[in-house]
Amino acid sequence: MRRSADDRLFRLTTGAFAAMVLVIVVGIGIELTRQSMLSIQKFGWSFWTGRTWDPVAGEFGALPFIWGTLYSSLLALLLSAPIALGIAIFISELSPRFLRQPLAYLTDLLAAIPSIVYGLWGIFVLVPIVRKLELLTPEPLRRLPLFHGPPLGVGMGTAALILAVMVVPFSSSVAREILKNVPSAQREAAYALGATRWEAIKVAIGYGKTGIIGAIMLGLGRALGETMAVTMVIGNNPQVSLSLFAPQYTMAAVIANEFTEAADELYLHALIEIGLLLFVITIVVNLASRLLIWSTKKRAAELVVLASPATKEEIAA
Amino acid sequence: MSARRRKTVSAIAEGLCAVAVILALLPLAFILFYVVKQGASALNWAFFTSMPKPVGEPGGGMGNAIVGTLILIGLAALFAVPIGCICGIHLAEYRDSRFSSVVRFAADVLNGVPSIVIGIFAYGLAVLPVKRFSAMAGGFALGLLMIPVVVRTTEELVRLVPSGLREGALALGASRSRAVFTVIVPAALPGILTGILVATARVAGETAPLLFTSFNNRFWSTNIAQPIASLTVQVFTYAISPYDDWHRQAWAGAFLLVMIILVLSIVARLAVRRLEQMNRP
Repeated sequence: MRRSADDRLFRLTTGAFAAMVLVIVVGIGIELTRQSMLSIQKFGWSFWTGRTWDPVAGEFGALPFIWGTLYSSLLALLLSAPIALGIAIFISELSPRFLRQPLAYLTDLLAAIPSIVYGLWGIFVLVPIVRKLELLTPEPLRRLPLFHGPPLGVGMGTAALILAVMVVPFSSSVAREILKNVPSAQREAAYALGATRWEAIKVAIGYGKTGIIGAIMLGLGRALGETMAVTMVIGNNPQVSLSLFAPQYTMAAVIANEFTEAADELYLHALIEIGLLLFVITIVVNLASRLLIWSTKKRAAELVVLASPATKEEIAA
Repeated sequence: MSARRRKTVSAIAEGLCAVAVILALLPLAFILFYVVKQGASALNWAFFTSMPKPVGEPGGGMGNAIVGTLILIGLAALFAVPIGCICGIHLAEYRDSRFSSVVRFAADVLNGVPSIVIGIFAYGLAVLPVKRFSAMAGGFALGLLMIPVVVRTTEELVRLVPSGLREGALALGASRSRAVFTVIVPAALPGILTGILVATARVAGETAPLLFTSFNNRFWSTNIAQPIASLTVQVFTYAISPYDDWHRQAWAGAFLLVMIILVLSIVARLAVRRLEQMNRP
């Protein structure tokens, strides 16, 4: 009897600590909403569609920041997705065995470098390089909306480049895991039908497609919330523009730059409302990505168990 | 398609994958090269011991920021380690309960929340009520970022403890808590410490959540109720300043940060590998 009472107490106390994690997540949502009430009530929906950000006049429209965050993240994804997938394929399918671990470690290292170091490197090394490239852009191209504006070096293009480098390790490490989980029977069947190595890999990718999309979305989640490096190279100018040369602004960057300057309450609440939207967007993106990754892994595990029960222990290990 | 053509396509595609690896490792090499080149030459003894000099006066260092970062990490660990570890143990012990999967899910969500948003949350809870930036608020923000990492690594590594150990303890009549605290936790301790190292490496380089919690401080301060300097915020301030000497110091700070993080993550990786070898039957 005593033992079971003791067990219950243990379960409850450790459970209370575990519940704190839940409380924190719910608390973030509540606190951000509470602290942005003034702005939510005053502006309503027009907050998300307004283009004017004028703290002095007390007018706040967040569209340029939302645009900047989405545009920079999507551009970064366009660059990082093929590279991340290529790395995952190389490490899990093509690389000689002795290179696997070191290559995996090196790509993961990209994730360990602090955002502020990326930003510092961005300001002093990447921006001058990008400026030179912008100056070299031929005149006819410059008339396109994509390359419009003076060659400053700082701007959307530089931010997207840095973001792409920063999210590659997140996407590639998950994609690697997904490919590892694809049952080898898939590839063997392809080889048996006379497929080349690349055709067999395509079969494996097709099998893990959902999970790989999940891996890329995980990178998107990272890119959306990335703050310091982007703040330092994007130019911090709230405007909605397609141009890669144009200095723009992101949601995270405006919070980082203006939060301590927010003199009146409405200004502060407007900034926190941007934070609230960022919170909601990243949660949705992360959840969708986890769901995709999880469903692929589960499917792979089930199939292997069906094929041969003996390998079940191997999967668990 | 002819067999020849298919083979060529395969070779080209394989080549492109190798190119992708190079494209990712190139920036890594490029960044590390610059950090070492610019940073190592700017590092000197004064950087570690002296305080920032006023604008225009060359020299000075980040002594206060280095101490500040250590204090912030200490505060973060003080807050995150007990919650994270006990939560991780709970998840490993009751791995199949519905509550555990909800908490695991919450930890994943917390892990994905942008650090700048965590900063706002910490500001609302720890700065706004007292109307003062403080080291405590900064430590709280960093702690929130540490928790999910500690939870997941603790859970994973407690699970690595061979089930025979747990079953043996329970068979001898030990209660659950006794089995956990005298058998399982000691066996998993190196792993748990590793998890803490990994989490420390993650938060040591954080800047965004500190901007409006611990703020910055140009003076020597170890008072946790006051604003405090940190390496990352100092590097940021110097990087966006117009002074060459400050840029030089920003590189030195970045070099130090990268070194700290590299050492922490290499130690953690070696420890995990040893642990896995130890527990392999």
